[in-house]
Amino acid sequence: MEKFTKLKSIAADLQISNIDTDMIIPKQFLKTIKRTGLGSALFYEMRYDEKGNEIKNFILNNAPFNKAKILISGKNFGCGSSREHAPWALLDFGIRCIIAESFADIFYNNCFKNGILPIILPENQVKELSEAAKKNKEIEIDLIDQKIHKGDNRPFDFEIESFRKECLLNGYDDIALTLKKDSKINSFEQRKKNLTPWLY
Amino acid sequence: MAKTLYDKIWESHLVDEQSDGTSLLYIDRHLVHEVTSPQAFEGLRLSNRKVKLPGSTLAVVDHNVPTTDRSKGIADKESAIQVETLSKNCKDFGIEFFGLTDKRQGIVHVIGPEQGFTQPGMTIVCGDSHTSTHGAFGALAFGIGTSEVEHVLATQTLIQSRAKNFKISVDGKLPLGVTAKDVILSIIGNIGTAGGTGYVIEYCGEVFRNFSMEERMTVCNMSIEAGARAGLVAPDQKTFNYIKGRPLAPKGENWEKALKYWSTLYTDKDAKFDRELYLQGKDIEPTVTWGTSPQDTASINGKVPDPNLEKNEDRKKSILRSLDYMGLEPNTAIQDIKIDKVFIGSCTNGRIEDLREVAKIVKGKKVNKSVDAIVVPGSGLVKLQAEKEGLDKIFKDSGFDWREPGCSMCLGMNPDQLKPKERCASTSNRNFEGRQGRGGRTHLVSPVMAAAAAIEGKFVDIRKII
Repeated sequence: MEKFTKLKSIAADLQISNIDTDMIIPKQFLKTIKRTGLGSALFYEMRYDEKGNEIKNFILNNAPFNKAKILISGKNFGCGSSREHAPWALLDFGIRCIIAESFADIFYNNCFKNGILPIILPENQVKELSEAAKKNKEIEIDLIDQKIHKGDNRPFDFEIESFRKECLLNGYDDIALTLKKDSKINSFEQRKKNLTPWLY
Repeated sequence: MAKTLYDKIWESHLVDEQSDGTSLLYIDRHLVHEVTSPQAFEGLRLSNRKVKLPGSTLAVVDHNVPTTDRSKGIADKESAIQVETLSKNCKDFGIEFFGLTDKRQGIVHVIGPEQGFTQPGMTIVCGDSHTSTHGAFGALAFGIGTSEVEHVLATQTLIQSRAKNFKISVDGKLPLGVTAKDVILSIIGNIGTAGGTGYVIEYCGEVFRNFSMEERMTVCNMSIEAGARAGLVAPDQKTFNYIKGRPLAPKGENWEKALKYWSTLYTDKDAKFDRELYLQGKDIEPTVTWGTSPQDTASINGKVPDPNLEKNEDRKKSILRSLDYMGLEPNTAIQDIKIDKVFIGSCTNGRIEDLREVAKIVKGKKVNKSVDAIVVPGSGLVKLQAEKEGLDKIFKDSGFDWREPGCSMCLGMNPDQLKPKERCASTSNRNFEGRQGRGGRTHLVSPVMAAAAAIEGKFVDIRKII
């Protein structure tokens, strides 16, 4: 997983609430057996017409936002299916950070496994960043200090669990981290075999 | 200290807890399907890792499979590759696999309970958000992404943080014709699709106690549509009776041990919930969704909302967007909405009791000339049982297509899709834009409401029919 420390980019503003994972990546792209190459299918039905031509007024089709690394959106981003194809498509397109008022649980988790930072902010701060994004202003995300700089002297702070932060900063493979606790897992399993033998 | 059911299951699976609350949770059972697993197995191979407990894992193909004649395999090349990939992965890693022609094949959340794989007090995961279904047995069950699928395969654990407790109690009795589907749609309409975010919901009260196991599964299935990590119903005698004798259920001495343990799985009397919601069964009506989010619910006697009456700008914007997509005018009576398709099936409503209820409504009647209707059983065993009871004949005589088992039109990864602007009464769980096919318009309803709509060609109040 690629490390995430600081990120400076213009941001694409997509102020729709309840963006679901079917919108982020529709079903026909879930037939792949790879993680890569899904960027061109990101937001497929909002981005292309029925003939497959780009829809002009969709934000990610237009420069400079087609190069945005930050996405700003509404409430409950990523609701619906557990498909990790959603963060894979965002990442493949170039998005490394999503800022919203709230996220759906599974999507939020999936982001961290792919080096994407989802940031939860209160409504007024999301609105302010959305205005800055519309004016093509660059936004800087500093994960180390947990701050969002937007070109004035009033950076926003954001929260993140310390373990998730560590993993992002170092690009850790969390399976390798867990396997270090192998003996703990095995002794737990041994106890379970005695307590609930019908499970084994 | 008094504990909730969730607290009890969580604590009995906690391998390790860090100071920031990040926890390592032991996973008892893992269900795998073809869409969200190939990259996980690829990851294991790349890092030379094994599956830790192949015997705790069960795999099945469901999302991509055709529901028409399967004798010639799968026509779509990519779907066929994905299905073959799962078969090969299971062989290589020693995992039990139900393939396309296995009579036990079916939707992953139908076959788990059917095989007795799902049991109370377990932690169960699957790379599918509707894993919450298994919570009907008092198991902590939730959907995970593909990286987490790989994590569970390799370590039999998951990195998690503890959820909050949410009690939803529905008391009293439901009116005739009002089903488990209407209960969960009403709950989602009430708390919204993000209302359960960060919580595990425990469904309490007389209505859930009176529900059959399959009805409890319908409710728990859509917990994810309320944003909750999982839904739970405390196990009781009904749960134990359902499990007893199934192929993977505990046997002999182990059955007695399991029963003793399962009987401890309930929320203690004085346990504290972080949030509580109380509803009355008598207030719940047959429910239809009008929009593109499961929270967009209306009573069968209600109307499509008027965005001009909405004061919240954000909400107004999303109503306008939904109505435009759904091709509906504000204030249209729900009973004036005509439909083109009916889909009966899915992990929400594709079980034998659902099919029996549908058969009761359509027996001796004909599907409306303007409607195409299909019934897709949730599993091969559901299909066999329905055929044994003659339900297939009732459906076919009425003009329904009787199909092979799978996820089918719930998400349309196989050829079962809506065409642009086609309007469907669907017993599935999501009415998102494009979910059942690009431009397709989905109205979520109960099986009996879908059956009645198939006959009438529009939504009708089921209470006036039965």
